[in-house]
Amino acid sequence: MLNSSLQQLGSALRARKISSVELTQLFLDRIAALNPALNAYITTNAETSMAQARIADGRISKGEASPLTGIPVAQKDIFCAKGWRTTCGSKMLANFVAPYDAHVIGLFNSAGAVNLGKTNMDEFAMGSSNETSYFGAVKNPWNQKAVPGGSSGGSACAVAARLCAAATGTDTGGSIRQPAALCGISGLKPTYGVVSRYGMIAFASSLDQAGPMARSAEDLALLLNVMAGFDERDSTSLQRDKEDYARDLSKPLNGLRIGLPKEFFAEGLGSDVALAVNAAIAEYKKLGASVVEISLPNSKLSVPVYYVLAPAEASSNLSRFDGVRYGYRAPEYGDLADMYEKSRAQGFGAEVKRRIMIGTYVLSHGYYDAYYLQAQKIRRLIAQDFTDAFKQCDVIMGPTSPSTAFNLGEKGDDPVQMYLSDIYTIAVNLAGLPGMSIPCGFGANQMPVGLQIIGNYFDEARMLNIAHQYQLATDWHSRAPQGL
Amino acid sequence: MSITDADVRKIALLARLAMSETETEIARAQLAGIFDLIAEMQAVDTQGIAPMSHAQDVSQRLREDVITETDQRALFQSIAPQVEAGLYLVPQVIE
Repeated sequence: MLNSSLQQLGSALRARKISSVELTQLFLDRIAALNPALNAYITTNAETSMAQARIADGRISKGEASPLTGIPVAQKDIFCAKGWRTTCGSKMLANFVAPYDAHVIGLFNSAGAVNLGKTNMDEFAMGSSNETSYFGAVKNPWNQKAVPGGSSGGSACAVAARLCAAATGTDTGGSIRQPAALCGISGLKPTYGVVSRYGMIAFASSLDQAGPMARSAEDLALLLNVMAGFDERDSTSLQRDKEDYARDLSKPLNGLRIGLPKEFFAEGLGSDVALAVNAAIAEYKKLGASVVEISLPNSKLSVPVYYVLAPAEASSNLSRFDGVRYGYRAPEYGDLADMYEKSRAQGFGAEVKRRIMIGTYVLSHGYYDAYYLQAQKIRRLIAQDFTDAFKQCDVIMGPTSPSTAFNLGEKGDDPVQMYLSDIYTIAVNLAGLPGMSIPCGFGANQMPVGLQIIGNYFDEARMLNIAHQYQLATDWHSRAPQGL
Repeated sequence: MSITDADVRKIALLARLAMSETETEIARAQLAGIFDLIAEMQAVDTQGIAPMSHAQDVSQRLREDVITETDQRALFQSIAPQVEAGLYLVPQVIE
C-alpha cells in the first residue's frame, strides 16, 4: 500500500479492498514511528483525520467517490485549515488555530481526501533547507545528516519516506521543485494564477503559487485536477475553463523539441548533477525528442532580482503580524510601538527578520527606483528570455538544483550561499511559468538528483505527459530510501 | 555598497523590529553581503523597459457592491491575544 500510486489506492478503496480508516491508520502509525527522527510534520490530529476517513468510507460505500476520496494527503503548514493549528513554521503563529479553510484545503475536503497533518516548512516559506523552521529542521530521509531542501521540505520528506500518499507545497522561488529534487520525488509549480492563494499565508504575492508533491507525474495530475480552478476570493486567480491534467499522459513524445539553456549547464553546476541530467536528456532522445541549445541571457540576474522583489513584498505582507488580532504578542511591553517591536522581534526568526529588513530598505524613500523599480524592469527581461526561447522549443529542461542535498548546518551562516541554491528555479517564478522537478538519478553522494522541466504558460498537461513518459521508461521515481 | 549601523537601526525602526546592539552588528554584516549580490542589477541597461509587477497581464475584477461576508467577530476574536467587550486591547495611545 505504501508504494501504491494514487490511482491504485483509489481503485483499492472503491473495490473495498481497504478502507480509508485502515489506510489513514497505516500512515498515522508510520508517522508516529518515524516522525520523531524525520520531523516532517509539525501537527497531526489523529481524531480529525480518522473522522474524515470515516466520512470518506461512507461516501465510497454510497458510490459517491471521486478519484481522491479516502486518500490521506499531507498539507503544508502554510495552508489555513479550519480547526487545525496553522503555524507557517513560525513562533509568531505557534498557537494559531485557523478559523477558516484555504481554498486548496476546501477543494481537498470536497474531494473527500483525508487531511493527514500539517507538514514542516521554512519559517514563512523563507528558506531552501528547512532549517529556518521554528519547529526544528526536517531530515532528508535518504541521509538524515542532509537537508531535505525548502521551503516545502516537510512535504517532500513525507512523500519520500512514505509518511503520506501525497502532499501539497508552495513555490515562491523554488520551494516545491528544490525539495522535490533533493528528496527524490516529483513536484509541480503551476502557472501563476492557476491555484488559488486564498488562505495560503502570503510571502511574496506576485510569485507565490501552490502545487502538488507526489511520487509520480501521474499522481501529480490527479492532485492538480483537484487543486486548480478559479476562485473569486483570490484577485489573481485566473478565470479559465476547467481542464483534465491527466488527459495527455499517454501521448508519445515523438517530435518533442527540448530546449537546453546553456546558462543552466555552465560553471556552478555540480558534475554529478550534470551527469544525471544529461543521461535523462539522452533518455528523452530515445523517446523521440530532439534537443536544441537555447539561451536565457538574463537568468543570472534572477537571484538578485528575486532578493529585491520577494523581500519587498514580504515586508509588506508580514506587516499584518503586529500582536493585535492574532499570533504572538510579547509578554512584556511599554507603549504601543514597543508592543509591535517586541512582538515582531520575538515572534519572527532571523531569516524572516533579515528579509523584512531587505524589503523595508529597498522600498524606502530614495532607494525605490534604484532597487525595486530596476528589479521589476529586469524581471520583464527575464520573462522575455523565456518567450523568445519558446519560439525554438516546446519545453525547457535542466537541473533543478546545482547540487544534491547538502548537510544540515553547511550553509547556515551565509545567507548568500543559501540563496544561490535556487539559481535555476527562481527565474521561472519571476516569469510566472509552470515548472516541475522529477527524479533522474543519484549524485556522487548517493543522494537524489532532480530534472527540471519548464513549460510555457498553461502547459501543465503537456509537462505531465513529458514527465510521465520518462517515468514509464525509467524507475528513478519509484526508488525509496532504505531502512525506513 | 556600504551600510552603517545607523542605516540598520533606521530600517529596523521602519520595520518595527526591536534589535539589540549585537543583532544590529550581525544584521549589518549580512545585509552588506546581500546588497553586494543585489548590486549586480545596477549594471543592466533598462532604459525603455516597462516594470513588470505581475506575472499575468490581467486587470482587477469588479463585483457587485453587496455584502458577501457573514459576521464572525466572536470566532475571529477568539484567537486574539487580548480582547474585551468585543474590542481588541492594545496599550493606551491617547491620554
